Amino acid sequence: MKLKIVLLISFCLLTLSIRSQNVEMVKFPFVETILKNNSDTTYVINFWATWCKPCVKELPDLEKLNEKYSGKKVKVILVSLDFKRQYETNLIPYVSKNKLQSQVVLLDEPDYNSWIDKVDKSWGGAIPVTLVINNHKKFRHFFQKEITFEELEKTIKPIIN
Amino acid sequence: MKKIIAFISVIAAFLSLNAFMPSPGYQAGDKAKEIKLKNVDGKMVSLADYKDAKGFIVIFTCNHCPFSVAYEDRIITMHNKYSAKGYPVIAINPNDKNIEPEDSFEGMVARAKEKNFPFAYLYDQSQFYAKEYGATRTPHVFVLTRSGKNLIVDYVGAIDDNTDDASAVTKKYVENALEEILSGKKVSTSFTKAVGCTIKWKKA
Repeated sequence: MKLKIVLLISFCLLTLSIRSQNVEMVKFPFVETILKNNSDTTYVINFWATWCKPCVKELPDLEKLNEKYSGKKVKVILVSLDFKRQYETNLIPYVSKNKLQSQVVLLDEPDYNSWIDKVDKSWGGAIPVTLVINNHKKFRHFFQKEITFEELEKTIKPIIN
Repeated sequence: MKKIIAFISVIAAFLSLNAFMPSPGYQAGDKAKEIKLKNVDGKMVSLADYKDAKGFIVIFTCNHCPFSVAYEDRIITMHNKYSAKGYPVIAINPNDKNIEPEDSFEGMVARAKEKNFPFAYLYDQSQFYAKEYGATRTPHVFVLTRSGKNLIVDYVGAIDDNTDDASAVTKKYVENALEEILSGKKVSTSFTKAVGCTIKWKKA
């Protein structure tokens, strides 16, 4: 009986760990590699944080895009700018609670001034922002504002066909 | 004659268009507007009231934003160090309370009391100064120096290079600028960027 319960609990834990993704902590070269990637994949890179209300508000729209276009060489990457000390207390619980399916990474690169311009020269630094990029098609669009699913879909449609 | 009228209309059209464009923001060397706003003690504060000031560390900030909160203690330390040298901190909250209720005037009063702010914390309710200065995020710093009747911008940008961890800071942008100003040098890094919270602009 005891063994059965233990097995059941382990099974539940295992399913849980499969369902919630592993949030990687990355440095700026991770982002830079995507910015320079020449494959015919359209990347939708969103900079956000768990405590940023306008950011969190638009996450469902980004998730919807990721789900609808997952088979069409579209990749949504949610780059969190939460503080490193809040990685385990805020970010991981947020990602698993909301079952985010798009790839989430924590960008641990505190000298913001050293990399903001590399994402986009026009970016003042406020979040959220979203960069849609496909180097193969020489396409790049930077949204320095809150976005919706419709806007994103309209932006990517001409480049994915 | 027709040509002249056409030319004038083009110029006029251009000027009126220009008037509706948001300010691109102050840069080093620009003349800054004098500031007059309500402080957390309910009194109006004007930069001209600071008779002994050589200049100011103007910081657009707010109550709710974690980036601003992370800098509060550093801003207090900076004020204590540099107001004695003629550069007091002037903190300004430009956020619309209808979008971020925590950033109401009452919220500012409470925050200033809780943290015992030694500097003026002003309410830019109309968002006039945030627009005029070209602030885009919180915190966003503008170091100004008095020069005769003018206020000249010396530095625009971030406080330092590590919001999250004050002990890991390697570049103190604002302090470096102030040290250069105080020793009569030209500011070597007069513009930096930082991640911050958007300014909560009023919905038109």
